[in-house]
Amino acid sequence: MAIGVKVMKRPDRETSYVRAALKGMALTFKHMFQPKVTMQYPEERSTADDRGSYSVAPRWRGTHRMLADEQGRSKCVACGLCPQICPANCIKLVPGEDEEGNRYPLIYEIDEFRCVFCGYCQEVCPEEAIHVGVHFENAEYSRDRFVYDLERLTSQTHSVSTLWDPADPRGQ
Amino acid sequence: MTPELKGFLLLAVLKMLVVFTVVLVGVAMLTLMERKVSAWMQNRRGPNRVGWAGLLQPAADGVKNIVKEETFPAEANTVLFILAPAMMFIPALCLAAVIPWAAPLPVNFDWNLPLIGYVSHHGPMSMAVADLPIGFLFVLAVSSLSVYGIAIAGWSSNSKYSLLGGLRSSAQMISYEVAMGMSLVPVLLLTGNSTFTEVIRAQQQGIWFSASLTLSFFVFLVAGLAETNRLPFDLPEAESELIAGYHTEYSAMKFSLFMIGEYANMITVSAMLATLFFGGWDLPGRWDEGGTGLATLLTGVAMFLKTFFFLFFFMWIRWSLPRFRYDQLMALGWKFLIPLALTYILVVCVAVWGIENVAGITSPKVRGLILFGLNVVACYVVFFILDRGRLLSGSYRRQAPAGVRG
Repeated sequence: MAIGVKVMKRPDRETSYVRAALKGMALTFKHMFQPKVTMQYPEERSTADDRGSYSVAPRWRGTHRMLADEQGRSKCVACGLCPQICPANCIKLVPGEDEEGNRYPLIYEIDEFRCVFCGYCQEVCPEEAIHVGVHFENAEYSRDRFVYDLERLTSQTHSVSTLWDPADPRGQ
Repeated sequence: MTPELKGFLLLAVLKMLVVFTVVLVGVAMLTLMERKVSAWMQNRRGPNRVGWAGLLQPAADGVKNIVKEETFPAEANTVLFILAPAMMFIPALCLAAVIPWAAPLPVNFDWNLPLIGYVSHHGPMSMAVADLPIGFLFVLAVSSLSVYGIAIAGWSSNSKYSLLGGLRSSAQMISYEVAMGMSLVPVLLLTGNSTFTEVIRAQQQGIWFSASLTLSFFVFLVAGLAETNRLPFDLPEAESELIAGYHTEYSAMKFSLFMIGEYANMITVSAMLATLFFGGWDLPGRWDEGGTGLATLLTGVAMFLKTFFFLFFFMWIRWSLPRFRYDQLMALGWKFLIPLALTYILVVCVAVWGIENVAGITSPKVRGLILFGLNVVACYVVFFILDRGRLLSGSYRRQAPAGVRG
């Protein structure tokens, strides 16, 4: 009575409280016996592909990975594009050059705490060296472990993000 | 003291210990059950990490609540702030004392115990801690005391949300107590006595009151939900409106006491529903008056199952129905339940008078069956003819100011 509510003219069967309540209770009771949807996380894990019951989207952007060539060296040519484009300024790159004039990174560090996982580094990389990965289990015991150096980035094995293609938004 | 008195006291202390322990463990298990039932109804699994199938979760919660920091809001009335959880908790625990949990058990012993001396007990032992002559009136009286706990908790926290929760709770509990008390008058009419033992005996001789007094059962069920502050009547808590209502400012074990009180109240209301309307520990087809240990055990299991069903029912309702708006809650209490209970008292009075004096039927069974027939009609009238947006309307039209045509 306190509030002036506009009262709709509805058919009787829609306004009966008891019947609506019983209907709702029948529904919740039915749900008790339906299969559960919870993932039992440490035992069940999501996979990067669709093989398991749970999967991570292939365009998921997680912690980085540096791809290597056949000799096991990183593909990075220390062009400097990724620290240039990085909006969080989390990539530290010191370029070096060997006797044949090939550039390579002396220091390549990514501070995963600063990273916003935008994926621009992967997009901008001309050599397809640095990638964001389909990976999310990153727990460490100390904060300094979150600065990933070149060796660690190269030794990662998880699959890499396919990023999001505006021309193919559903990844088909 | 005579050995008989000593024996009685010894058994009473033992019964107290057992009931107290069972209720507290039951409360702990209910918190787990609530989470499990809610999870299942939402296609989840619920807690299953601590212990087998999460059975140790209540213990983990208890440890957490005990070691958590106790916080006191600034400007709170500290004395009342500490007192309030106890005022909620103690009445809730007292209530379990008067429920007869099983058929009377014959206990015979003559012992000479150290320190106590000679104790003896002969004859059947009531399975209620105290089989009070005032019976369910005691429950109605003591359960209303917990409103003090809630109202004081709300006031002493010195927080607007808590205060609103406490006020809502007082208003709600007072409104629904009227309906609850009135719904028990027909029970009294059929039993002639308010002790639980007599109520059970009347149901053993006739039929269960849920059949012969269905509308009373319905009113008591709804009022019981409101009394325990469970959804759809949890306006005192109403987390979307009042954060957590009267226990917003409480932390650690003081908060836990409110929870324990709420669940202990649930156990009591469920046990009352089972006792008053579903024959208590009465097993269908068993007419012997206890007498053996086996009968006590079986009736105890029957009582447990009935209570358990209502506990589940309360959770089932909680996870199915949305909360009432405040004016709907008051309208349901004052405009529907109380008139319904009053009318029903009248109907039952006339029916009982007619059956006994006009038709001249004295068999309680036949009387119960006639009342059952009457209830089928009454339920049809209430739930199918009147309940078409008339008894409990979702909203009300704005009243036109006086002198203005609406």
